[in-house]
Amino acid sequence: MAEITLIRRHRARALFRGTRLRRVPRPTTWLSLILWGMAAVVAGAVLLPTTYLLIRTLDAGTAAWAPVFQARTLRILGRTIWLAMTVTATSAAIAVPLAWLTVRTDLPLRRMWAVLTALPLVIPSYVGAYLVVAALGPRGMVQQWLEGLFGISRLPDIYGFPGALLVLTLLSYPYTLLIVRAALLRMDPALEEASRSLGYGPWVTFWRVTLPQLRPALAAGSLLVALYTLRDFGAVSIMRYNTFTRVIYIQYQSSFDRAAAAALALVLVAMTLGVLALEVHTQQRARYARSTGRTARAQPVIRLGRWRWPALLFCATVVGVALVVPAGVLLYWLVRGVRTGQQFVPLWVATRNSILASGLAAVATLMAALPVAILNVRRPGRLSHVLERITYTGFALPGVVIALALVFFGAHYARPLYQTLPMLILAYVLLFLPQAVGAVRASLLQVHPSLEETARSLGRRPWQVFTTITVPLVWPGIAAGAGLVFLTTMKELPATLILGPLGFKTLATTVWSAVSEAFFAQAAAPALLLILVSSLPIALFILKEHREGI
Amino acid sequence: MNHTPAVHCAGLTKFFADVCAVENLELTVHQGEILALLGPSGCGKTTILRLIAGFEVPDAGRVEIGGKLVSGPGAFVPPERRRVGMVFQDYALFPHLTVAQNVAYGLRRKAERATRVQEVLALVDLEEVQDRLPHELSGGQQQRVALARALAPQPDVLLLDEPFSNLDAGLRKQVREEVRDILKATATTAILVTHDQEEALFMGDRVAILNAGRLEQVGTPEEIFHHPETRFVAEFMGHTGFLPAWVTTEGLETELGFLPQRLALPPGTQVDMLVRPDDLVLCPDPQGAARVERRFFQGMHHLHRVVLPSGRIVHCLTLHTEYYAPGTRVRVELTPGHPLTCFKNGRAVT
Repeated sequence: MAEITLIRRHRARALFRGTRLRRVPRPTTWLSLILWGMAAVVAGAVLLPTTYLLIRTLDAGTAAWAPVFQARTLRILGRTIWLAMTVTATSAAIAVPLAWLTVRTDLPLRRMWAVLTALPLVIPSYVGAYLVVAALGPRGMVQQWLEGLFGISRLPDIYGFPGALLVLTLLSYPYTLLIVRAALLRMDPALEEASRSLGYGPWVTFWRVTLPQLRPALAAGSLLVALYTLRDFGAVSIMRYNTFTRVIYIQYQSSFDRAAAAALALVLVAMTLGVLALEVHTQQRARYARSTGRTARAQPVIRLGRWRWPALLFCATVVGVALVVPAGVLLYWLVRGVRTGQQFVPLWVATRNSILASGLAAVATLMAALPVAILNVRRPGRLSHVLERITYTGFALPGVVIALALVFFGAHYARPLYQTLPMLILAYVLLFLPQAVGAVRASLLQVHPSLEETARSLGRRPWQVFTTITVPLVWPGIAAGAGLVFLTTMKELPATLILGPLGFKTLATTVWSAVSEAFFAQAAAPALLLILVSSLPIALFILKEHREGI
Repeated sequence: MNHTPAVHCAGLTKFFADVCAVENLELTVHQGEILALLGPSGCGKTTILRLIAGFEVPDAGRVEIGGKLVSGPGAFVPPERRRVGMVFQDYALFPHLTVAQNVAYGLRRKAERATRVQEVLALVDLEEVQDRLPHELSGGQQQRVALARALAPQPDVLLLDEPFSNLDAGLRKQVREEVRDILKATATTAILVTHDQEEALFMGDRVAILNAGRLEQVGTPEEIFHHPETRFVAEFMGHTGFLPAWVTTEGLETELGFLPQRLALPPGTQVDMLVRPDDLVLCPDPQGAARVERRFFQGMHHLHRVVLPSGRIVHCLTLHTEYYAPGTRVRVELTPGHPLTCFKNGRAVT
C-alpha cells in the first residue's frame, strides 16, 4: 500500500510539474457557517471550568498546592482508587451472569428479570445510601426489628467503606449489565456454532468464544462504573467515606480557602481523565470487534434444566437487595410518617422546580449537542473531531468540580449570573452534554449520507435537506438524548446544591437536606417521587430493546 | 439533435490525501447515450460520478454539463442546481416517506407534482405500492422507486452507482433489462458505474474502462471486446490468455503454429498475442504434446485448461457434448478465423 501511495505521489508531481496546483475550495454554505459558529461557542463554554480552575490555582501559587501534597490527600487518593476498583469488580461479577441469564437462557420470567435488574439505575446514589442507612444502620429498621425479637440494641457500623461499596455496586452494576446485554443480543450465533462444530462443548465455548467477544463491552461498562464511583458525591457523603468529591465539598463549605478546593478538584479531574484515556483505548479496540450488522437468525436458547433454581435465586437476590428492599424501606418510612402525623413539607414547589430545571437543561443541552454531533458525523476532519472530544470533557468533570468552577467564575466575572437559574442550567449542560452528543451522533450515523446527497441532487438546498430529511430521521435520537438529560438532571445533586439560586428547592435537594438531618420520614415522599418519574422511560426503553433484539 | 455533449470532463483530477483517485480524465458523454464506467473496485469510478454530481470538489480540471461549466477554476455549482439525478447502490430511499412522497421530493412546483408522480410511477410500474413505506417493498421495487425518484424532475443526466449490485443474480438480469428500456424510452442521458463486465456490455451504448484513476479505453461494447487497446482492458474483459509470438516477414510464429497475420514491426520482435478460449480447437491425440490439466463444466460448454509443452497454460472451449478427462494427451490448433490482437509493452500493435 505504501508503495502504491509513493508511486501515486510521484505521478501526481509529474502531472502538475510546472503548473501551480490551484485547489478549488469547498463552497461554504450558510448552514455550515452557523453550525461551526454554534459548535465553537459550545466548545468555549465546555473549556471554561477547567481553564478557570487552572488559572485560579496557578494564581494562588504554591500555597494552593500545599494541601494536595499532604499525607492526608494521598490517603484520600488511595481510598478513592480502592473504592472505584472494588465497585467495578463487584459490578462485573453481578452483571455478566445476569446479562447471560436474561439474554441467552430459558430462565422463567426472563423479560421481567431483564427489566427489574436494570431498574436500580434510576435510584440516585444519595437516595440509595439513605435507604441502606435507614435499613441497615446502627439504629435502622433491621435493628429495631431485631431488638423486638432478641433485644439487640445496636448493629455493627454500616458507615464507611462497606456501606459505600454496597450502595455504589447496587446502583451502578446496571451500566455494565446494559452494555453487556446489548453486546450479547448483537452477537452472531454462527461464531458459537462454529466453536461447537469444531468439537468444543458449551462450557468451553462460553469461555473461549463468548466471553472474549464480550470483553470490549465489559470494559466499556466497567469504565462507566469506575467513572460513576469517582464522580459520586451523594453516597460517599451519606456513608461518611472520604473520597475526593466529599473532601472538595467540605473544603469549599467549611473554609474560605477556595484555591485549595480548586487544586483538589484538579487532581480529581486528572484521575477521571486517566480513566477516560483507558476508555478511549478500549473503544478503539472494540471497533474491530463489532460485528457487521444485525444477525438474521435468532440466537438459540440455552436450556437451564436443574440450574434454573439457583439462577432464579441469584436474580431474586439481586433484585431483592437492589430494588425490593429499597422500595419497601421507602414505603415503610412514608407510611410511618403519615401515621405519626408528621408535618410534610409541601412537595409541589420542589417538583415544579425539578421539572423546570430539568426541562430547560434538556432543551439547552440538545441545542448545544446538535451542531457538534452533525459536524462530527458529516464533516469528518481534525477540527470537528477535536470539537467532539472537547465536549466529552464534561464526562471527566464531576458535578462538584464544574459547580465549584462556575461559582468562582460567577463570583468574579459574571456577578449578575451568580446563583441564578441560567448558571445552574449552564452547569447541567456542561455535565450532560456527552450523553446528548452521544445519542444524536449514534442516530445520525444510522442515516446514510447518500440520503442527504440524494436530496441535494433532487434540487433541495442544504437547509431544506436538513429540515426535511436529517431532522425527521434523527428525531428518535434527539428525543432519546433529551429524555436522558432530563432524567439525569432530575437526580443531579452536587451542582444543584452549590449553584442553585437561594431558596431554590428541588426534589433532589429536598431528599438531601432531610437525610442529612436524619429526618428519614421526610425524605421518603420526594425520593419515591424521583424514582417513579425516572423509572418509566427506562422500563419502556428496555422493553423496546427486548422486542427488537429477540 | 443537440450536439452539445451532455457531460464533458477535461483534465479532471481528484486526490484523497496522497492517493490520486481520478487522474487527468478526459471524458465526453453524448445526449441520450448510456455510458458504462467499468473498472475494478477502487479504480475511481464512483469518485467520477460524485465529481459530476457535485458531491466532491475536483483538485484540477473541469466538469461541464450541457455545455455549462459546473466545476472548474473559480466555479462550483452546488449539487442541487446541477439538474443531475442520482441512483445510489443502496438506493437511499427516505425511510420516513412513502413511495409517492419519495418520488415527489424533487418536484418543486406544486401544481404539476401529483400528475408527474403518477406519470413516473406508471413508467416504472409501481402505482399499486405508492402509499407504502420503503421497507415494505422488495429489492427490485426499491430499485425502481430510486429510479423513478431520480427521473421525476427530468434531470439532464442520470448517474447510477452500481445500481444492480444489491439484487440477486436472477432478478438482476430482469431489472437490468427494465431499466435499460426505461432509460431508452425517456431518452435519458445516463452514466452507469459497474464492476461487472457483462453488465457494462449489456447496458452501455459505450463503455469506458478505468484503471487506477486513469481512462484505459472508451468505445462501443464490441470495440472494447474485440479490439482492446491495452493489455489491461483485454485482461479485464475476462477469459483471456496470452501467448508469446514472434514477428516474421510472412506473419507470426507461435508455439501453436504459424499465423498469416502481418504486423508493422521489425522481424524478430516478440509480442503478446491475445488468445480467447474460442480461438483454439482441441483434438484428442495420444501423440499430442499438450495435456488437459482440468475441466470446467459451464452448462452450455466445457472449458479445458491445457498445459503446453513449454509449461504455458491456455484455455480451450468445447461444446457440451465433447469433453476430455484431466491427463488426456491433446493437440491444440490455433484457428481464430479473425486477426488476433497483439500487445507490445502493454499496448495493442497492428
